[in-house]
Amino acid sequence: MTLVSTIAHYLPALLAQAQAFQSPPLADYIRVLPELILTIFGMVIMLVDPLLDPESSHQSLGTIALVGALAALASTYWMAQYPGTAFTNMIRVEPFSVFFHVLIIAIAAVSILSSFEYLKVQRIRAGEYYGLILFGTVGMCLMSSAIELVLIFIALEISSISTYILAGFRRHNATSSESSLKYFLLGSFATAFFLYGVALIFGATGSTNLDAINQALNSGNASVPMLAYVATALMFVGLGFKVASAPFHVWTPDVYEGAPAPVVGLMSTGPKAAAFAVLLRVLFEARAPGYFWLLWVSAALSMTIGNVCALVQDNVKRLLAYSSIAHAGYLLVAFAAQPELGTSAAMFYTAAYAAMNVGAFAIVSHLAAADERYVTIEDYAGLGRKSPMLAATFTFFLMSLIGIPITGGFFAKFYVLSAALKSNLVGLSIILVLNSAVGAYYYLRIIVLMYMRDARGEVPVTRLSLTAALAISVCVVLTLFLGVVPGRVLDYAALSGAQLVRDTASPPVLEGSESMQP
Amino acid sequence: MFHLILFLFFGAICVAGAVNLLVQSHPINSALSLIAVMASLAVEYLLLGAEFLNAVQVIVYAGAIMVLFVITIMLLNAGKEASSGGSRVAIVLGIPGALVGTLLIGWTLLFHSNTRAVPIGALKGDPRAIAQLLFHDFLLPFEITSVLILIAIMGAVVLTSRPAAVARGPRRDG
Repeated sequence: MTLVSTIAHYLPALLAQAQAFQSPPLADYIRVLPELILTIFGMVIMLVDPLLDPESSHQSLGTIALVGALAALASTYWMAQYPGTAFTNMIRVEPFSVFFHVLIIAIAAVSILSSFEYLKVQRIRAGEYYGLILFGTVGMCLMSSAIELVLIFIALEISSISTYILAGFRRHNATSSESSLKYFLLGSFATAFFLYGVALIFGATGSTNLDAINQALNSGNASVPMLAYVATALMFVGLGFKVASAPFHVWTPDVYEGAPAPVVGLMSTGPKAAAFAVLLRVLFEARAPGYFWLLWVSAALSMTIGNVCALVQDNVKRLLAYSSIAHAGYLLVAFAAQPELGTSAAMFYTAAYAAMNVGAFAIVSHLAAADERYVTIEDYAGLGRKSPMLAATFTFFLMSLIGIPITGGFFAKFYVLSAALKSNLVGLSIILVLNSAVGAYYYLRIIVLMYMRDARGEVPVTRLSLTAALAISVCVVLTLFLGVVPGRVLDYAALSGAQLVRDTASPPVLEGSESMQP
Repeated sequence: MFHLILFLFFGAICVAGAVNLLVQSHPINSALSLIAVMASLAVEYLLLGAEFLNAVQVIVYAGAIMVLFVITIMLLNAGKEASSGGSRVAIVLGIPGALVGTLLIGWTLLFHSNTRAVPIGALKGDPRAIAQLLFHDFLLPFEITSVLILIAIMGAVVLTSRPAAVARGPRRDG
């Protein structure tokens, strides 16, 4: 009785509270629709997984994941109709976030496609694998639309933790477990740096909202507090780790070598694109101070270390890992350029790099065979005769990574270089060009091996399955599209970039730009 | 004044506990130091005026999570760690690097932060304020955390389950 009377006593007050509660408007949910769809499909996979026979569930689970990714991709169109902030200034839908949503979900969809065959050959459990890819994509998508550092941090953790786990999916292989553990320990350390940076920027400005930080730092003529510089440096350490830029790149080769090949394709592009999106927002929307020389040094180091170390690699996955460090360096060059020019160049570069790298790793995962036995460069000898189509496609992706015309890689590099030159970054541009020349050597080495060396008999090349073929063709088409008619994508990137940096009244004074160049 | 002394005292205990946590080689000693860190942090929250956080800190961290740690150590029967001697790089670069970083941040905080420092006890940390933040202002991060926890559970399942069902298939030799 007492319970009932207590409830009766408090009920009116509770109801009044409930009526006073303002639920977020429907438009807010549409602004996170892709994330909602991905989460729902991830949970559906988890629920369906135990009902299916584990020996044959790959196909159906993969299909569900693919449908989920495609539905989310389609829903970005609807999301784009509702620009604006949602959930009390937590996220903002604008061309910038739509661009990265489309890019990241497309990367996830193609990675899922290229995993169908791989999971079957490697005998990997499919349920958790696809679930983690979808949930990880939720994190990456949120990273690109979040304008609140607390949300960015949680989204970053979602995307990182799912990739840590995905890296360890080859359970019967020691390198995979090593890769997962190494990535987890170093990654947590890096995230701690990011979090410390967030705490300090909160101390310096009194807010974790990017727009409020921008106002606190750049309005009026009060000098920027010293604390904000330290905070920027700390946040850059955390994000630099995520994008594998030197000197925070040490984990990359080991992790890429041990992780399953389609996962490497995903994690070298998806979380990276998301981390670059966050970096763009922190540097150019929040206008964090004092980043110029950080970026300059990191870009120069990444390009040089990545390319020089890639020269001596024998393992294709390690080689592509160092190449991805080098590409992170090229991208950071765009960051060091003036925001109006650099933002669109960087966005275009992430898209082009994603198209060619996911494709390259789709081919690597097909050729790797069971237990990933065939991943050394020697194993690729004679591929041109054994499987001309596959060799030609791989050559195409490598050409794009070099940056040869008619491929997406060419325009990506071209726009970065022109943005850098227009911002008078002569020193950095010279380093970029020299490094591209060095980079051409090791990509060409693989091409030469494929066509001009005799086949080693014992390396079998199986028939390409339909799904893998589809994944690779999507990448080829996109790389070609970005290389032949880059206009539309570039226009969209320029529009989003302009909107991202528009908020500021006056162009920022870049410390050390123009005159202080070496 | 008395509060300031208390604050500094427990701050010192917190830092000393954290350092001890790293230095100790037996896991149970590290766990005990962690309890000291958690408990002194709880006192700091209370002194700042965040009484709700204080209670949560004691119940969740010092209570639940530490019990879990200690039980894990007990179950694993973990003994004294074998010392690996440490790498030279860590000593030559790591320790000076950490020292420089600490000094830089400390120096900035002490002399170059023109921020409005909050006086001790001025924070509004009552449940109502926290609830307003958690369920209204930061509703989306709060909800999204559930995805994070879901992923963590999946990870625990994947990484600890035996690679049995699939890896031990009929054609293991491939």
